[in-house]
Amino acid sequence: MPMNAGTFILVAVVKIVIAVFVLLTACAYTVWLERKVVGHIQNRWGPTRVGPFGLLQPLADGLKFILKEDLTPPYVNRTIYILAPMLALTMALTSIALIPVGPVIHAFGISTPIQITGVVNSATGRGADINIGLLIILGITSLGVYGIALAGWSSNSKYSLLGALRASAQMVSYEIALGLSLVGVLILSGTFSLHAIVEMQQGTWFGFIPKWNIFRGQIFAFFIYLMAAFAETNRVPFDLPEAESELVAGYHTEYSAMKFAMFFVAEYANMITVACLASILFLGGWSGPVFGPAILQALLPVFWFALRIVFFMFVYIWVRGTLPRFRYDQLMGFGWKFLFPLALANILITALVVAWRA
Amino acid sequence: MVPLSWYLLLSAFLFASGVAGFLIRRNIITIFMSIELMLNGVNLAFIAFATVRHSLNGNVFVFFVMVVAAAEAAVGLAIIIAVYRTRETLNVDRVNLLKL
Amino acid sequence: MLETVLFLIFAAICVGGAINLLAQKHPISSALSLIVVMGSLAMVYLLLGAEFVAAVQIIIYAGAIMVLFVFVIMLLNAGEEERSATGSRVAMVLGVPGLLAAAVTTGWVLTRHGPASTPVVLGEFHGSAHAIGRLLFHEFLLPFEVTSVLILVAIMGAVVLARRGE
Repeated sequence: MPMNAGTFILVAVVKIVIAVFVLLTACAYTVWLERKVVGHIQNRWGPTRVGPFGLLQPLADGLKFILKEDLTPPYVNRTIYILAPMLALTMALTSIALIPVGPVIHAFGISTPIQITGVVNSATGRGADINIGLLIILGITSLGVYGIALAGWSSNSKYSLLGALRASAQMVSYEIALGLSLVGVLILSGTFSLHAIVEMQQGTWFGFIPKWNIFRGQIFAFFIYLMAAFAETNRVPFDLPEAESELVAGYHTEYSAMKFAMFFVAEYANMITVACLASILFLGGWSGPVFGPAILQALLPVFWFALRIVFFMFVYIWVRGTLPRFRYDQLMGFGWKFLFPLALANILITALVVAWRA
Repeated sequence: MVPLSWYLLLSAFLFASGVAGFLIRRNIITIFMSIELMLNGVNLAFIAFATVRHSLNGNVFVFFVMVVAAAEAAVGLAIIIAVYRTRETLNVDRVNLLKL
Repeated sequence: MLETVLFLIFAAICVGGAINLLAQKHPISSALSLIVVMGSLAMVYLLLGAEFVAAVQIIIYAGAIMVLFVFVIMLLNAGEEERSATGSRVAMVLGVPGLLAAAVTTGWVLTRHGPASTPVVLGEFHGSAHAIGRLLFHEFLLPFEVTSVLILVAIMGAVVLARRGE
């Protein structure tokens, strides 16, 4: 049933509000999870005081960010200094609009996919989204560099500048490996539409091996993607832009209160986006066993999707608690001399196999 | 309905401001950015004609222009860094000697 | 109607960005306004139905080339531009009228002649990735390979130039 314009806008606004709320909450609780897990890895307890198991800790942290004094250091380039954290946060939050979280749901006589930019194709009744969705996400993430670069430059501090220089060189370099690792999946699926890529991975072989891209020979691409994504989001072991033992806090050294919180949230939102993309492209998106009454059938795919995200977040934290930091020349060498050729080889082999089958 | 001429006017304006920037600015990096602005203006004309003539060739040309722009930026910025190392200035008026 | 409004908005942003590029003294402000121009140009491409080129415009131009510019500006810590007083007299006297004449001529030629009044219809034509890929790897295969050689040469040139001379 095609919707009229008013319903369309209402549904879109509801979806945006829910998505932003869920994303920000997820960011806050990823911080809690990180402190808890790293604590246990290091034989500590992590936050325990605020609420049961420290569950209200993110709330207390948020309150602290709001109440702290927002310092603007002297000799900064004011306009850009204020613009930079906004840019970083906007880019991090925008890409979630293109992520499909679940299949089409039917409620209150309205059918819509669980995705902000998704619509229902009125001819087939199936979900559809922007047919260059993946490219747009890559574009938005590549714009995220500016937030960091401008923050470091405008702060007028040597630590910030060094952090920003490191970050922009690192992100531009690893974007290549990241983009190339996705090409194998794109060759297999023949589309940029994220919804269509997930639809292709539904079902199983022999009843138990899921038809995920990772089981279609893209396992190397998956690990290349994962490593490049760690570098893209400036996480350990590639967190040189904010290496606290050498650069104080890197590009956000001079930021405090809400502006610092914006960078903080942007980093975790980027982690979540990267994890969403990994599960959509390689792990079958929301595919999983669906059973039970109608309401459960509608919500289970979202649950399976969220489970994958939690898994990726755990891997992020696990790696952080385990690995030491790279040296900068090692980082560049790893990206250009190892990941980049491996990604090229993966494209070549995938293309040959697809051409041979056709 | 937007007529084609509006797109072409925008394209001409972008190209002209690129030329103006190239001529009046003295910072070598800004001059370089003016060249990029000119290329962008040309790209817009390509895309507008491709859409009106229902031919994708214009889009492919834009693709090639982008490749050339990327190559140009890489080499050009390397030259800028080399010039800055020897002259310690980015002002093109001061880069007027052939010897070091 | 909606298309016209969108075109006017993004064209206005383009024009404003281009003028700001010329007016700003600091190279990083110029770079930021150029990024704004490129972003809104991508939106204009979307209005023209060239979706693949729009995405590539953001990824390559705004996301790679301009990052390189910003990186170099940061690396060299380029300050505000110094104005040299030795401007050309002829340019000062003839510049503005010449520019106006050129603008009027261009505008007149573009609006009055050729296929210029053909309306561009939204949504009837799409430069999809499929079609462009097919064209790029069949008809334009040789130019495509030549550009890859060009890129290779550019990489080597950049490495040689940027290396400290020993």
